[in-house]
Amino acid sequence: MNGAYGPGWIARILSIGTALYLVLPILIVLPVSMTDQRFLSLPHYGLSLAHYGTVLTSPEWLGSIWQSAQIALAATVLAVLTGTAFAVAAWRLDHRLTRLLMALMLLPLIVPSIVYAIGLYRYFRWWDLLDRFAGVVIAHGVTGIPYVVITVSASLAAFDPRLEQAARGMGASLSQVLRWVILPRIMPGIVSGAIFAFIHSWDELVMVLFIASRDVFTLPRRIWDGINENLDPAMAAVAVLLVGLTILLLLLDIVVRKRSDG
Amino acid sequence: MWRRDAGWWVLLLPAFALLTVFYIAPILQVLAISFTDPEPGIGNYERILTNLSVQRALLTTLRICVITTAIALVLGYALAYAITLASERGRRWWLFCVLVPLWISVLVRAFAWVTLLRRQGLVNQTLIETGIIAEPLPLVWNEFGIIVGMVHFMVPYAVLPMLASMREIDPRLLAAARGLGASRLTVFRRVFLPLSLPGLIAAGVLVFIFSLGFYVTPAILGGGKTLMVAEWISLQILDLIRWGLGTMMATLLVVSILVTLAVFSRVVDLRRLFGSGAR
Repeated sequence: MNGAYGPGWIARILSIGTALYLVLPILIVLPVSMTDQRFLSLPHYGLSLAHYGTVLTSPEWLGSIWQSAQIALAATVLAVLTGTAFAVAAWRLDHRLTRLLMALMLLPLIVPSIVYAIGLYRYFRWWDLLDRFAGVVIAHGVTGIPYVVITVSASLAAFDPRLEQAARGMGASLSQVLRWVILPRIMPGIVSGAIFAFIHSWDELVMVLFIASRDVFTLPRRIWDGINENLDPAMAAVAVLLVGLTILLLLLDIVVRKRSDG
Repeated sequence: MWRRDAGWWVLLLPAFALLTVFYIAPILQVLAISFTDPEPGIGNYERILTNLSVQRALLTTLRICVITTAIALVLGYALAYAITLASERGRRWWLFCVLVPLWISVLVRAFAWVTLLRRQGLVNQTLIETGIIAEPLPLVWNEFGIIVGMVHFMVPYAVLPMLASMREIDPRLLAAARGLGASRLTVFRRVFLPLSLPGLIAAGVLVFIFSLGFYVTPAILGGGKTLMVAEWISLQILDLIRWGLGTMMATLLVVSILVTLAVFSRVVDLRRLFGSGAR
């Protein structure tokens, strides 16, 4: 690091402090989840996995986890299929209209979900989609599209459009070009988009609060009720399981990117 | 030409149809209700000037958003600065500290803060056991708790755009300025800060508009006593069944966000922001 410019001590202290502020509070749920007490606290006499047992044998928690997983998978498929097709077509056409549509596609990232949620609450009653699996899948799928559009567009940015023109020029049909020329190149972008669309649905609470009530009771909804009603260590165990899953998915994303770079 | 491209235009359709029917339409409906319920006209909007509850929600939201944005910018700037100047290996660790919180469930994070900050929480317990305080401090279920949780949520969103613009600064400029005799503070003030300004503004806009409509964290850490706009809207719709007022506030929220974005659209490239967020 000869002659290189490093941060001064104020920046050093402030940045390390901020990093700790970001990470430590999340880590605290790990010891709390292994407490030997029956209330939310640090372990007193020893570590216990009893609260994980409570969660993993409770039909309510398991039911919600299963339902959330199904909804997130279905919403991801919906977002990936439509979002990828859109991103590829918008990239290929590169028309004024497609650029406008692209901005429209990003709306769900900007408009607060509370606004969309109250809109859906009325709208879905009319479509008879309230408290239905399909209703939540549609809501999560539509709002997941921007994540896919962004990651796929990013992976297309490095792609030479002449390859596609060459393939077309040599007589390949649209579907052949898509399958053999474009898709293999943008696969990492699609996988990233899918991961983010999945996490988006898996964590989504605000819409679910409005458009689902009894039959559809996702994991975030159950956690929400738990935080508002009974704060017990089982909640911490759920939190740890969720953090673990998120980190796993992010590592998967890193692996996919590494492989595509190398 | 159009004929040849027809297949591509068809590929745009599914996403476009889905968005129009199941996203744009319900939101336009919210807009429409705000002008028609309980009676046609702008009666709901007149409440902004007359209704105390509306005004209190707006003021609380604005105050919390401004404070949150300011703190998140300072902390995020320090973090982005350290990441920019770090070595290749150090950078990976720093980024990990920023990206993991970004993707961890907002509910889990709010829950962790409740565990730490409530009356019998870990912070109060530790402070009492070490004899620093005698009575537990009110750290949560008030504005303080909301801000702690919101800043925690927003710092990663502040870091990413600032990082993108700081990485374009040539590090040799800084070394050169030092070599020419500038003090550390001067280098920062005259060289680094001006060059990173676009990123700082972009981060400020992003954090501010995200804070405006934030629901989950303020609802949990505010404990129902400090109402921000999003929770206020939900209260109107779910508990008080006052659709006119609720949708009016929702419309106001969307309009303020879109106006803020339009004003700053020159410095904020949303696609790039979120693109780097996913990376």
